[in-house]
Amino acid sequence: MRLLKLRNQGRGHEAMEIRAIGCEPLSLKRMHLKDGHTLKVYRETGGYESLKKALGMAPADIIEEVKKSALRGRGGAGFPTGMKWSFVPKDSPKQKYIVSNADESEPGSFKDRYLMERDPHSMIEGMIIAAYTLGSQTGYIYTRGEYNYLIDIMDAALAECRDAGILGKNIFGSEFSCNIHTHTGAGAYICGEETALLSSLEGYRGHPRLKPPFPAVEGLYAAPTIVNNVETFTSIPQIIEMGGLAWRDLGTEKSGGTKLWSVSGHVKKPGVYELPMGYADMEKFIFEDCGGMLRDDKKLKAVIPGGSSVYIMNAEQILGKNVTLDYEGLVAGGSSVGTGGMIVMDETVDVMESTKNLTEFYKHESCGWCTPCREGTDWLVKIFDRIASGGGRPEDAKLMLDICDNIEGKSFCPLGDAAAWPIQSAIKQFPDDFKKWLTDKTSSNGVMPNV
Amino acid sequence: MAAATPTSFTDKVIVSDEVAEFSPAIIDEMKLHVAKYPPERSRSALIPLLMLVQRERGWIDNAGVNFLAKFLDLVVTDIWETATFYSMFNLRPVGRHHIQICKTLSCKIMGEPAITDHICSKLGIHPGETTADEKFTVTMVECLGSCGTAPMMQIGFDYHEDLTVEMVDRILDLCQ
Repeated sequence: MRLLKLRNQGRGHEAMEIRAIGCEPLSLKRMHLKDGHTLKVYRETGGYESLKKALGMAPADIIEEVKKSALRGRGGAGFPTGMKWSFVPKDSPKQKYIVSNADESEPGSFKDRYLMERDPHSMIEGMIIAAYTLGSQTGYIYTRGEYNYLIDIMDAALAECRDAGILGKNIFGSEFSCNIHTHTGAGAYICGEETALLSSLEGYRGHPRLKPPFPAVEGLYAAPTIVNNVETFTSIPQIIEMGGLAWRDLGTEKSGGTKLWSVSGHVKKPGVYELPMGYADMEKFIFEDCGGMLRDDKKLKAVIPGGSSVYIMNAEQILGKNVTLDYEGLVAGGSSVGTGGMIVMDETVDVMESTKNLTEFYKHESCGWCTPCREGTDWLVKIFDRIASGGGRPEDAKLMLDICDNIEGKSFCPLGDAAAWPIQSAIKQFPDDFKKWLTDKTSSNGVMPNV
Repeated sequence: MAAATPTSFTDKVIVSDEVAEFSPAIIDEMKLHVAKYPPERSRSALIPLLMLVQRERGWIDNAGVNFLAKFLDLVVTDIWETATFYSMFNLRPVGRHHIQICKTLSCKIMGEPAITDHICSKLGIHPGETTADEKFTVTMVECLGSCGTAPMMQIGFDYHEDLTVEMVDRILDLCQ
């Protein structure tokens, strides 16, 4: 059965901003170029020059540059990329694999989608450089199934590369050969976790695997595998071009380079923003760069700065606090960078209800493999449902924190932690919203126009 | 859980030995997927092939699974094991136009409830149901990566973003 092509009858992309602030656009360099997704435009704008340069470098030197760049994984965990690459055993006789994690499913995050739609060659170039560095001949792009139209774009980009000798045998006339394929997921947030992604790529249910062994040692088909986020791979050609230290100096010493932020919710200008790491500060970003609150008469209430899995912040933690947007700054401010999926909420939002919404998400996406996460998220949703239907009890906050405590750090993979953190932080930062529901059995603001 | 609930699944699955048939062009497309993976790892193609079966047949039915078992040299339980995990696989038939409305936080606070109410009252069904003429199915789904252009819905594979009630009316009118 073929479905009618109706794509984007809504306002779509016109409704949001895509731009760099405080730095030259690097990852967003080609976002507004006509046909920026084609090989022709990509090469006209300096594309694949980094790959040529890398092919003349020793792999150990490339890893050194990536280490110097202080690039940290952009998929949420923030693990140093250079260190991850250095874990791949150099003397392994097995085939090695490179996997791009394009399973972007974190609520609030949509940056990878635009990178793949408008500049797929940047990620592909990063993947080829990684493959050369680690001695891999095969790469896969694991894309979430819902991003079906992006798979067409990437298949076209990969075909262009093969025709131009950028993929396949003897790339740019070198000894190095490599091929990359697209692969589709089919709707499972857990497959963004790298070991679950590999299970899924092998055709199984997306269950995470025990670590160690880490994928760098035993990943896809039990062979050494590097899984990196789309934005991480996109940064690699920039690092090779500029040199690791120069790239790092765009940001701070510990958080190198630039980072994409996906901004959504109650702001005038939602969108994808590229900011240098250490951008000061969060208040300025929301109220000036993103145009401020969507409705001028509504005050800022809450921000989830890095995608649904990070701690929620209240307005007092942001206003006048000079929270810098980098890994260290956000931790000091009481949250973390995550994927950079910033959800801004005004005072019409009741935080009990918003937390309930996210908990329903984690319940739906729990893979069911381990008991704390499977049962815990289910019980939390049941409690939230009871509270929302007017059956809240004063002891419920303690009960929920107790369940969170039994999930956090006790589940098989980080999804359990990610389910617990929003609740723990919401109860801590918005005690009044919960108190109102648990004692008066109503929402914090009487009416809920949106939620 | 990411999978459909077992009740809705077992209620509707008709177990038979029927094997689906596909045109040579589709078989070639399937072989292109299998060729992406090492020869002894053809199971890796299972999810892409299930997507293909669903594209061609509308849902994952018993005959389609029987075909894949033969094609990939797996047993049917291997295939159901994987198919029941992923939320995009329809284990029941859906309408010609599968409307999937994002219900996660950014869409929720940007007006999803009004969009959902409008669609459901216009079609006369609840989320999870199919219209009597089998034209539309409405499903509530989790985040589809369109938070900056919320609220949104996906019909089939097509994204429709930054929706208003008027746009929804226009889009539904375009659905034949």
